[in-house]
This record gives sequence, C-alpha cells and structure tokens, in this order.
Amino acid sequence: MTTLVDYDEAVSRFDPVLGIEVHVELGTATKMFDDAPASFGEQPNTSVTPVSLGLPGALPVVNGKAVEYAIRIGLALNCQIAETCRFARKNYFYPDVPKNFQTSQYDEPIAYEGYLDVELDDGEIFRVEIERAHMEEDAGKNTHVGATGRLQGADYSLVDYNRAGIPLVEIVTKPITGAGERAPEVARAYVSALRDIFRALGVSEARMERGNVRADVNVSLRSSPDAPLGTRTETKNVNSFRSIERAVRYEVSRQAAVLDGGGSVLQETRHFHEEDATTSSGRVKSDAEDYRYFPEPDLVPLAPSREWVAEIRAGLPELPAVRRRRLRQEWGYSEEEMRDVINAGALEVIEATVAAGAGAPAARKWWMGELARTAKERGVELAEVGVTPAQVAALQALVDDGRVNDKLARQVLEGVLAGEGSPEEVVTARGLEVVSDDGPLLQVIDATLADQPDIAEKIRSGNLGPMGVIIGAVMKATRGQADAGRVRELVMERLG
Amino acid sequence: MADSTDLPRLTAADLAAKLTAGEVSSVEATQAHLDRIAAVDSRIHSFLHVNTEEALAAAADVDTRRAAGEELAPLAGVPIAVKDVVVTKGQPTTAGSKILQGWIPPYDATLVERLRAAGMPILGKTNMDEFAMGSSTEHSAYGPTRNPWDTDRIPGGSGGGSAAAVAAYEAPLAIGTDTGGSIRQPAAVTGTVGVKPTYGGVSRYGLIALASSLDQAGPCSRTVLDSALLHDVIGGHDPRDSTSLPEVPPSYTEAARKGADGDLAGVRVGVVTQLGGQGYQAGVSAAFAASLEELRAAGAEIVEVSCPSFDAALAAYYLILPSEASSNLAKFDGMRFGLRVEPADGPVTAERVMAATRGAGFGPEVKRRIILGTYALSAGYYDAYYGSAQKVRTLIQRDFAAAFEQADVLVSPTAPSTAFPFGEKVDDPLAMYLNDVATIPANLAGVPGLSLPNGLSDGLPAGFQILAPARADERLYRVGAALEARLDQANGGPLLARAPEIEVKA
Amino acid sequence: MSTINSDEVARLAGLARIDLGPEEIEKLAGELDVIVQAVATVSEVAGDDVPATSHPIPLTNVLREDVVGQTLPVDEVLAQAPAAEDGQFAVPQILGEDA
Repeated sequence: MTTLVDYDEAVSRFDPVLGIEVHVELGTATKMFDDAPASFGEQPNTSVTPVSLGLPGALPVVNGKAVEYAIRIGLALNCQIAETCRFARKNYFYPDVPKNFQTSQYDEPIAYEGYLDVELDDGEIFRVEIERAHMEEDAGKNTHVGATGRLQGADYSLVDYNRAGIPLVEIVTKPITGAGERAPEVARAYVSALRDIFRALGVSEARMERGNVRADVNVSLRSSPDAPLGTRTETKNVNSFRSIERAVRYEVSRQAAVLDGGGSVLQETRHFHEEDATTSSGRVKSDAEDYRYFPEPDLVPLAPSREWVAEIRAGLPELPAVRRRRLRQEWGYSEEEMRDVINAGALEVIEATVAAGAGAPAARKWWMGELARTAKERGVELAEVGVTPAQVAALQALVDDGRVNDKLARQVLEGVLAGEGSPEEVVTARGLEVVSDDGPLLQVIDATLADQPDIAEKIRSGNLGPMGVIIGAVMKATRGQADAGRVRELVMERLG
Repeated sequence: MADSTDLPRLTAADLAAKLTAGEVSSVEATQAHLDRIAAVDSRIHSFLHVNTEEALAAAADVDTRRAAGEELAPLAGVPIAVKDVVVTKGQPTTAGSKILQGWIPPYDATLVERLRAAGMPILGKTNMDEFAMGSSTEHSAYGPTRNPWDTDRIPGGSGGGSAAAVAAYEAPLAIGTDTGGSIRQPAAVTGTVGVKPTYGGVSRYGLIALASSLDQAGPCSRTVLDSALLHDVIGGHDPRDSTSLPEVPPSYTEAARKGADGDLAGVRVGVVTQLGGQGYQAGVSAAFAASLEELRAAGAEIVEVSCPSFDAALAAYYLILPSEASSNLAKFDGMRFGLRVEPADGPVTAERVMAATRGAGFGPEVKRRIILGTYALSAGYYDAYYGSAQKVRTLIQRDFAAAFEQADVLVSPTAPSTAFPFGEKVDDPLAMYLNDVATIPANLAGVPGLSLPNGLSDGLPAGFQILAPARADERLYRVGAALEARLDQANGGPLLARAPEIEVKA
Repeated sequence: MSTINSDEVARLAGLARIDLGPEEIEKLAGELDVIVQAVATVSEVAGDDVPATSHPIPLTNVLREDVVGQTLPVDEVLAQAPAAEDGQFAVPQILGEDA
C-alpha cells in the first residue's frame, strides 16, 4: 500500500514543479506522411497505404496542411517559428509503430520558445512557458486479446494501423514553477486552455474522450523554490481535465511520502488510474533512453518562408482568451458571471443568441437558467438541449415586444423544447399571446369593477392600495394572458 | 525474320528497332529470353524468380497495341530483369533475404510502374546480396550468382544478378540499385555497362531501402546507349519520393547518340589521383591507362585532379550506411509481413518474437552492419561516428566541386580488381569493403557515375568509371558512348563478345 | 575510442532486437572491433567548422497537398501477415501494454 502525505501538508513543505507534454492529433484530411485518410472510426486497417503500414520500399512525404497547422499552433503559443527545421527518426521497437521508428522532430523543432497565459478559476493569470512544439506521427492501436485466441493459447494482441501516421503536434512546457499548492489546477487549466486554442484554431476537434488530446504530466518536488529541481515522474496519457488535476495531486502526495520516509523518487513512467485517482509504476524499459535519433534521410529540411509564416499569422482567428475578454466587455457581464458562463459551456450559444438579436443579459438569463436546468436534466450539452440560439432570440423578441410576459415566455419555451415548433408557432398553437386588443380586456375590467364596487370607490378616491386586488382578478379572469401594466393603465382610465 | 536464338544477343536498341519495324514480336523476343534463362540460369543463377506468364502477357499486350497502330514508347516490347530489392506488385520480392521469403508486395515501385507503362515485359527478379549488402552476391540467402566469364568467380555485388543476367544474354536490360557501387562494380567485373544516376534522378519509392541518403536505382545493359534508353524510361520527378529531383531531365539517349561519333574535342577529363595506383590490380591499371589514351585520341584534354578527402570516404561510408540501414531494416520484425520465428524457449512475447525472427531471418553481413549502425547511432557515439561521417561527406562534396572546376568529368578504374574467386573475401569484411573504394565517393556526394567495360586483365573484364557533376548525367553518356565506340573499334567489337560460352551441366 | 567487446555486442543486439548466439556474439565482437578501428578515423578528418551533410542534394520544403489518395485493400494487406484475426494483425503478447 502506497503511503501518502495529506495534500495540504505536502504543499506546505514541498514546492511542486510541473512539466507537461501535450499531444494533439491534427484534423487534417490525410496522415502526416502519406495520403491515407486520417479519419476516426473506420474499419481496422482500411485507412492504410504502404507508407502508413511501413511496408518495405515505402517513403514519406510531408503533409503541407499539417505543417501549416503546426505553425498556427506555434504562433498561438507565442513561439518562434524555425527558419529551418527537420525531421528525425526516433528508433524503438514496438508492434504499433510500423517502421519501428517514429518520424518526429528532435533537435530542430518547427516552433520553440513560447508561452501561454492561462486563466485560473479565480481569474488569476498564470504564465506557462513553452519549450517547443514539434511535429510527429501517431502510432497504431493494440487491443489485448488474452489467452483465448489461437496464438498457441498465449496472450496476444490485435493491431490496427488506421491511427498510425496521423499527424501529431507535441507541445512541451519548460519546468512550470511557482504554482505552489495550485499546481493541480494550473495543470488542468493549461491543458484546458490548449484544448480551447486547438478548437479555435481549427487544427483539431480536440476531443479528449477520443484521445485527440493526450497529456503526459511530469511532477517533481523540491524542498523550497530556491532548491534545485527534484527527480520527476512522468504520468502518461492522462486524458481528461479532471484526471490531470487528480494525477498531479496524487503524485505530490505520493512523492512527499517517499521523501518524508527518507527515500528518493524514482525517475520513471507512471500510469494513471481513473477509478481511484492513483498512479502506478510503469515498466522501466532498459533501452528507453537510447532512441538513436538521427536526421530522417527520406525527408528534406523544412524552411517555412517568412512570408508564409506572416500569412498564417494574419489568418489566425481570435484566440479564446482574447475573445472572452472582448465578449465580457461587449456584454457587460461581471467577471464572475463570465466565468460561470464559460464553465457552463454557454459561451458559444450566448454569442449566437446575441448575434441573432437578443440582449446579452437576456441571453445569459435563458441559457444559464431554464436551459441549463433542462440540459442537466436531459444529460446533454447546452448546444444539444433542443432549442437553437436563434429560437431563444426569437422568444426574447416576443418578450421585448410585449407579446408575451415572462411567465408565458417560459410556457413558449416549454413548447419549443417539446418539439412543437418555433416560438411563434407555439404561441399560435397554444394561444399564449398577451391580449393586446383593449376591447375584450375592458369588458373584463368593467365586470370586475362592477363586482367589487367598494374597492373601485377606494381607488377612485385616490387610494391605490387595493389596485392589486383588481389586477389580480383581471389576470385570473384572462388566465394570465393580459399584460398587468396595461390592466393597471386601463383601470386608472376607467376610474378617472 | 531473325533466328529466335539470336534475339537475346541483340542490344536493347537493336531489338527495339526490330520490334518497331515489325520484324519480330515482343512475345517472340520475350520467349527467346525466357528460353535463354531456362538454358543457362541453372548455371548462372541470376534470377530468384522468373516471371514467365506475366512477362508473356505483357509482351502480347504490347504486340496487340502495336498491331492496332498505337504509338508506343521507344523500348515497348523489350523485356527487362529487375533487381529483387525493387517491389513488384503480385510478384515475390525478397531483397535476397530469408526474412522476406514468400512476401508478395501489394504495390509497385514507381520505376516498375514506369517500366510497365513503357510496355516493357518484366522477365523476373534478379539475385543480390541480402538487402544489397555486399560486393559479390555471396551474401544472398538464396545462393550466389556466378560470373558468366568464369563461373567459379563472383559477378560483383550487390547487383550481381542483374549484371550477370545482362552479361549472360538472359536479358537485354536490367534494373540495379547502387548504394556504394552495386550497379557499377558488378558491371565492371561482368563486362557490362551500369549507371548510377544523380541522387534523386530516379525515384526511390518502392526500393527496399538500404541507406536512404545513398541508394539510387539505375540501368544495367550491354551498351551505353541501352543504359541511356532505360534511364529515359525510369528517370524523372516522382512526388512520392521527397528526395526526387524536381526538374525534367534531358534526353540521355540523345547524349549517348551524340557521344557515339567519338569526338570529345574540348572535353576536359580529370583523373582522380586518389582512385588508382596502389591497391589496383596491374591489368586494371593498364586497361585504364589505355582508355585514357583513347580519350585523348578522341580530342579530350586529360588533367590530373586531387580529391584528398576521398581517402576517408570508405570510413565515412561504413558509418553512414550501417547507421541508416540499422533503422531502415527495423521494420523487418515478423509482425506485419514476411518471416515470423518464435523463440526456442521462454515466453512468446512480441519483443522476443521480433528478436528471434531477426536472429533467424538475417544473414551474417546484415547482422554485422545493423550492429555496427546501432553502435554508431547509440548515445555517446553519435557525434564521433555518424556526426563526423556526415562532415566527411561535406569535405568529399567540396573535393568534387573543386575537381569539377578543372574537369567536365572525372574518371577512374571502377573497381580495384577483376572478379575474384568465390570465398576469397567472404570472411574478411574489410577486404570485401575495399571493392567499393572507387565507387563510394559518388554515392556520398550524390553525383552520377557510369561504368563501362574497357579491357581484359588475365582474361577477365575491367571497368572504366566516369563521374559527372550532380544533375549532369548526360555527360556520362556522351563521354561513355565515345569511349565505347573507340574501344569497340580498337577491339573489333564489344568486349563481351569475348566471354566464353556458358557451359551448362546436364 | 572505445573498443567493441562481447558485452557491447550483446547490448547492441538487444537494442537492435536480434537474437545472437554466444558464438555469433564472440565472432561479431572481433570483426566489429577491427571495422570500428578502421572507420573511427573519420573523427580525425573534419574539424568543428565543417558542417554536416545529411542529404547529398540540397532540397527543402517538399510538401504534399492534403488530399486523400488510394488506400490498400485490407484483405491484400492481411494476406501477407504472419497472423491475422478480425481484420487486424495478430501479434504476440506485448509486454508493458495495459491489459
């Protein structure tokens, strides 16, 4: 049983240092070095060519789009883009690596020396320094089959090479210091910010659950911020934001216990376990450190022209952090409101709703209130809740025009969510419109005043106290379809 | 109508002319070569696989198209042999190794596509040293090829099968690959012509890589013109090879035809000091000197050039080649194709099956070079070995650049000796490596080279090497054709005509 | 320069995933020692100021359009595999794999 030190105690006595390597699968049409489709979910071994299968004689050719995407990522992370760089072979034997070497970049990455300002939960900005971003290819997928198969009763695996050769960009941070007790949060916020950037740049769908984004998290402890860096562990393939946070937390507690016990942390690869948020030691490969890198002779150097880089830079979309700042200002939300919106994943739908004509406060009210509840009940994302931003804007327009009041508007929304059509259609079908022709309303008011002559007299004499009784009665008689304000005006008119 | 037993004696150019004229059909020509293979290959062993059916079908197709009046490529209908390191869809490809026994590639190399598109029936796949590592074909896992001049001697290597096939009239043309001399050295010791084009001149897509930065495919033939004709078929840009030269090459056939008039007035020929003299067989040196006289007589100006870094070429080569090869050959692991061998005892894991497969599937020379390359690339040695070798490469390129300031082409004997007897060097790797001492610099620098037969030394052919600047392959053909014409005139015919008849044991 | 002994050959054979018998290792150690001594001269030839040449012909920026091409038929691919199952390559147990 691994001993652990309570997290708060651990960070009170040790300074955690992080290093994070994030791999992102690029959303190109074809693979990094061949023209097989880089698609997801195909039948096994159908998205392969002689190149991605590593057949004898096959040769790689670099996907220009993947290079462009890598440069986009580099620029978004404030990196230098190399004037010249090259690919290198990383030699190691593994059945899912078809050539038994990975074509990667070694001492000459395409992007280097950058940073990313990450916003933490309380709005604080934490700067993460980027060491490099380089291009490489993904490996195939092994499925462990167990001892029931026909390979002489032994355990065996099945390999699908569809993923082999899909373009990856690996982003490596410099040692992240100064996060202190917030190290787990910083790690999570950093990877989350990267994910948002990948999506904003359009370079990847960046779906964590599909493994489009994979993080390896290095953690080490030192006695104080002035002390030299401690020995680090690398926890591989942590694939959700929550897991990243928990993995860091666990390693801090575990390493603190090791150090407290007078032991030393073993430099090793560790695996994270979702079910109990622990890590365990991975197999230490004896030759892991000797990859025999050398320049890939089958590929020629890459020298992105400064014109091309400038063109890519000019075409960069607004990055998520900048966009959030701008939208918050435009919408007049408080920082806290904005954070809630972001955390609820409501930014896009609110933006679309505002674009469709609704006011920002109203858009927030709908999406963060009624619709957030419904989405939660239905267990779906806001975008899939069953009403479009345009419909929400149309609904709000009905309110703004005084055609429905708030209460009716909620009923209209109910109808839209129930699939009864657009807000306009629901209003018509359910007969929910606020009565705006004064004729029928006046008849109701006159009848009400006639029923309650005492109250009518009080109002006439200037005592407006019991006005609510009259309005309430009118509303009741019209089943809520009257506009209360208009009722009040008409009562005043009638009673002079 | 030619007697079909004479058809294999025709040059590719002459056979192409007869095919065009309708004097002979491609089926007849192809069948004549298949018959010749059937008659002599049990003795020579040029072929690892003979492709009878497909070759005849391809020939028949060409005949049909010709009969229909279709305009065909110049070599349409002329059969060809292809070195077994080149992948051929639907035909076995082993690279001379046990580890690929029975492998049928699902695709064609680019140059094979071009041969097929040109209507050239592929007779079969030729023998070679395993993964092109060797200078004698003694390292083939399927037994050596024999030299048609003396079947107790080696045909050179690694492309001994292609050179012997051409020398034994089993094929008018063949494809070779040259990483350190594997086209030129076999050509020299079999009395044939072989050309290593400028690096990038012929696509490497579909060549089972030995050393990616050195490998280059090229033609094997009996005449300079035939090599030029074949070079024109297989050369030119290929988008599937990132190192393929982007420009459209000139007509090498034209260059060869121009050279055949024997006039080299104004051409400066540089004799490389470092590639001759000590270590070169006396007869080889004598033939070389005589050829220089022929060039002088043709009007060429002979100058001496010094390339001091060439002395380090062999050492650099035997670091760069094994390093790249150790990585290129990693894919042969028994997981996806080819041989799979399980360990004799202990657990059957992927790691152990890979090691067992490679231990059983690779021959001694392949293991030697993979281990050497693994060493040269491994942590701590990279700078001293691979890194230094790449610097030597720069020096060799500079030497070439300086030499080509003084001369239009450079010349040397192709190999230090004529064909040696089987077994003489097979257990002495360094002695074997020295066979390539004159051919290796061209591969390191990427420049083109041609070897043509230029005389006999103790009854065995010697080779004359011509080197040109990168992207100036046409100079090889012009100078080569001129020298060939003068030598043929002086000798009363091609040297190969003096090779003994192959004795076929019953 | 270090020399190559049997232990070194055994280590390299492990890195290169090649099973070698004791005799093979012994023989290779002797041969490689001679070869390495012969080729080690390269480190004395070129000074620090000489750049390395990785490609014989200098080319840069050879890029491909991101357009899907022809893939291999899965049955043809698997027909050449030593073992296959369910459209996939069957390989022996992989150590270090998460089962």
